[in-house]
Amino acid sequence: MSGQGHDHHDHHHHDNHLDPMDARVRALETILTRKGLVDPAAIDAIVETYETKVGPRNGAAVVAKAWADPAYADWLKRDATAAIAELGFTGRQGEHMQAVFNTPDTHNLVVCTLCSCYPWSVLGLPPVWYKSPPYRSRAVIDPHGVLAEFGLVLDPQTKVRVWDSTAELRYLVIPIRPAGSEGWNEERLAGLVTRDSMIGTGLATAPEAA
Amino acid sequence: MSRPDASPPDPKPFDAPWQAQAFALVVALHERGVFTWAEWAEALGAAVNRADAAPDGHDYYEHWLAALEALLGRKGVALPAQVEELADAWQRAAHATPHGSPIMLANDPLATS
Repeated sequence: MSGQGHDHHDHHHHDNHLDPMDARVRALETILTRKGLVDPAAIDAIVETYETKVGPRNGAAVVAKAWADPAYADWLKRDATAAIAELGFTGRQGEHMQAVFNTPDTHNLVVCTLCSCYPWSVLGLPPVWYKSPPYRSRAVIDPHGVLAEFGLVLDPQTKVRVWDSTAELRYLVIPIRPAGSEGWNEERLAGLVTRDSMIGTGLATAPEAA
Repeated sequence: MSRPDASPPDPKPFDAPWQAQAFALVVALHERGVFTWAEWAEALGAAVNRADAAPDGHDYYEHWLAALEALLGRKGVALPAQVEELADAWQRAAHATPHGSPIMLANDPLATS
């Protein structure tokens, strides 16, 4: 619930009121449908896809496979777009993917300073904070400070590398596989992979906490 | 301290149905070739980087919609006056529709066609 733009008069009887944003979207959809540029059924299908089918579980499957299968990890490093497509996750905007691997020396953090470019096919749609002006401006200037606000305090010696997404190129962080997960299958491993760990604002969950 | 659930349900991406509709219109129009994704990112960037954008990002989809209207206006696909006029028609239709019934544009008392 946005709580924005609603008036709170008591509406009696048959007094329906549309949020002004709602009315504008309906107006656009009407114009575009009349011009044959959109099909309302296709619009509903797109909404359903992003509400129910696409989400961070897709990315977690990619990370878990990379942890469990060195050959896949190697492919992911060289050609993430193809390696991710192999699991059935492809971008609708023809964007390329790059997987950036965390190491003990280097932590990766993803941002879009221009707007909100994000790897939809593997993470779904971005959380509100990813789209907020403070994150977009501060992630580049003060990455350690931003991470601390997420409760992630890194060794000051650890380098933070910030990746600025574009319309053409999106990034997926591959977090470090937690100690204690040796011998786990991909399905169990995927349960350790949080959304934030794939943006870089978190780490994979430790097995004892999962 | 409770640790975050390792695999929580995927977060809900939209706060209101109109946000989902506005989102899907962009995806559909891009797939239809009405604009490139780079054009869209530029339009969205201009909207979300306005000085009055809320720091907490709650107004993101309002900027998203403004960016879409601006881009479609520039392309001559949907002119601002047309959008305004139809939005008013949708409001009148909503007022004229009994609670519980679906709102349809044909319910606009001033509808001519």
